Amino acid sequence: MPPSSFNKERGENVKTTIRQLPTASVPMAAVSKKKMTSKIKQGLVIGGFLAPALLIYGIFVLYSIVMTFYYSLFDWSGIDNSFEFIGLQNYIELLRDEVFWASLKNNSLLVFSSLLTQLPLGLIMALLLFSPIKGMRFFRSVYFMPFLMSTVAIGILFTFMYDGNFGIVNRILGLLGLESLQRAWLGDEDTAIWAVIATICWQYAPFYMVLFRAAIVGIPEELYEAAMIDGANSRQRFFKITLPLLMPTIVTSSILSIIGSLKYFDLIYVMTGGGPNNSTELMATYMYEETFTNFNMGYGSSISFSMFLIAFVITVIIVFSEQKRKGGS
Amino acid sequence: MAFIKKLSNMPLYLLAIILLIFTGLPYFLMVSSSFKSQLEFMTSPWSLPKDFTLDSYSVVLSSSFLRYFGNSLIVSVVSVAIVIVISAMASYPLARMKFKLNRPIFILFLIGMMIPIHTTLIPIYLLTINMGLYDTIWGLIGPYVAFAIPVSVIIFTQFLQDIPTELEESAKIDGCGQFRLFWKILFPLLKPAVATVAIYNFIHIWNEFIFALVLTSSKENATLPLGLREFYGEFSVNVPGIMAALTLGSLPLLLVYFVAQEKIVKGIAAGSVKG
Repeated sequence: MPPSSFNKERGENVKTTIRQLPTASVPMAAVSKKKMTSKIKQGLVIGGFLAPALLIYGIFVLYSIVMTFYYSLFDWSGIDNSFEFIGLQNYIELLRDEVFWASLKNNSLLVFSSLLTQLPLGLIMALLLFSPIKGMRFFRSVYFMPFLMSTVAIGILFTFMYDGNFGIVNRILGLLGLESLQRAWLGDEDTAIWAVIATICWQYAPFYMVLFRAAIVGIPEELYEAAMIDGANSRQRFFKITLPLLMPTIVTSSILSIIGSLKYFDLIYVMTGGGPNNSTELMATYMYEETFTNFNMGYGSSISFSMFLIAFVITVIIVFSEQKRKGGS
Repeated sequence: MAFIKKLSNMPLYLLAIILLIFTGLPYFLMVSSSFKSQLEFMTSPWSLPKDFTLDSYSVVLSSSFLRYFGNSLIVSVVSVAIVIVISAMASYPLARMKFKLNRPIFILFLIGMMIPIHTTLIPIYLLTINMGLYDTIWGLIGPYVAFAIPVSVIIFTQFLQDIPTELEESAKIDGCGQFRLFWKILFPLLKPAVATVAIYNFIHIWNEFIFALVLTSSKENATLPLGLREFYGEFSVNVPGIMAALTLGSLPLLLVYFVAQEKIVKGIAAGSVKG
């Protein structure tokens, strides 16, 4: 085909489309008007479906966060009308507050010990559920049960177990001939926080077991079969297949564990109330005390807003670094 | 050969049993000491009950326990029902329709999963007082629903995205309105997700503590977790009584668990992994 005719043909094609355009644009104006009304209608439908959820979520969550920040700018007891704007004074005071730093330290301790105990234990339990042992259903059922008990019930139950006089922990130590270790676990400044951490581990390890189990179920069987054919032993299969493929779950679990540890409250409130001598004080228990026991609503608000900021920053960091890791590999 | 194979599984069994004791022992101690008399608990607190007695249970049941239990049941059921309806509704445009704010709204809900509830505690406390709902069980429903919305919307949206659109298309051609279409055609298809959302939220709301602590004050309006703490204070030396209350309080979730074990496990995995 000679190039000239090719160009001609193309030119004609362009021409026809240009010619067609104006004729088509007349009905299109009518369509777009119709489209406008249908778009408004569509908008109303979308709004109608979203409104109830957005309204409740907006009032109780979003509005409340903003208000918490607003209240944190005031010196305010919450019971009388002395409502004095003091800017960021509460936050400055917070930075000088030893109890706040102690609670932040305990929260950090909780974060690390949760990551180091709950996640590995959850993973071990999940892996056990795939091993060839009999009565798996029974083991699985019992393993999960701690997660179903209410935190208050757990707190009360473990308070008895840790009791200095008749607690089972001391009794077991006695049977093992370790009488020297016996003590009132929750009454001792040195051990209270560890006793609580062990309890939290008991409560949450099953939760991570469930997450890991779901993730392991999702790993294609063929990968293991192929690895077996290649002669990989069980250790290699775990480190080369299972663990890398569990990475996303490990990241999610870590976020959940960190956020969960930052806002931990119930168990401490029931078991120790932050004591003895603030040794188990957490940001949440300190905030509760300041707000509802000492009636420093402004100051309490600054603690709770700090909790939000810390949780927010950590989440952003984890999500960001996870995305970077994904992008890199 | 089979014997050797069994032998090589021995460490696994040992580990499995150690973990069984770790997870099960507190439950076992709770239930077994609830069947003891007070005297027997004093003399041998953690051994198996010799004189099996249900006295503690009759004491607990004749106290305000049933009131706490009823309050918890009402609050949990009403909250879960509301959450299911409004979250399922919200998921419909998010999963099916194209509009500018779709992604931002979804992310807005996603953020809700990392917000510490304590950050909202003081404003919600003041709001509840202003609405005249302080110290009523109804004041708890708002915050419970609000904090259950994010995870529920996400579960529903993801579930809906996996359902083919053909049914709706044909219904649309028949001139079925969007709202009718959703309730008559889509909502029934969401059943498995409804079960997941219901179970996931029921566990959390049934056990919720801090909102109940802050938003109610009287014994009549206490939910079960608060009531258990009440028992703890009241019964103080009557440990079997407290243990009976703890056992009874844990029973509903255990029963649900043994009936719908797979559903619960799936629900929890779905509610968290997707986040």
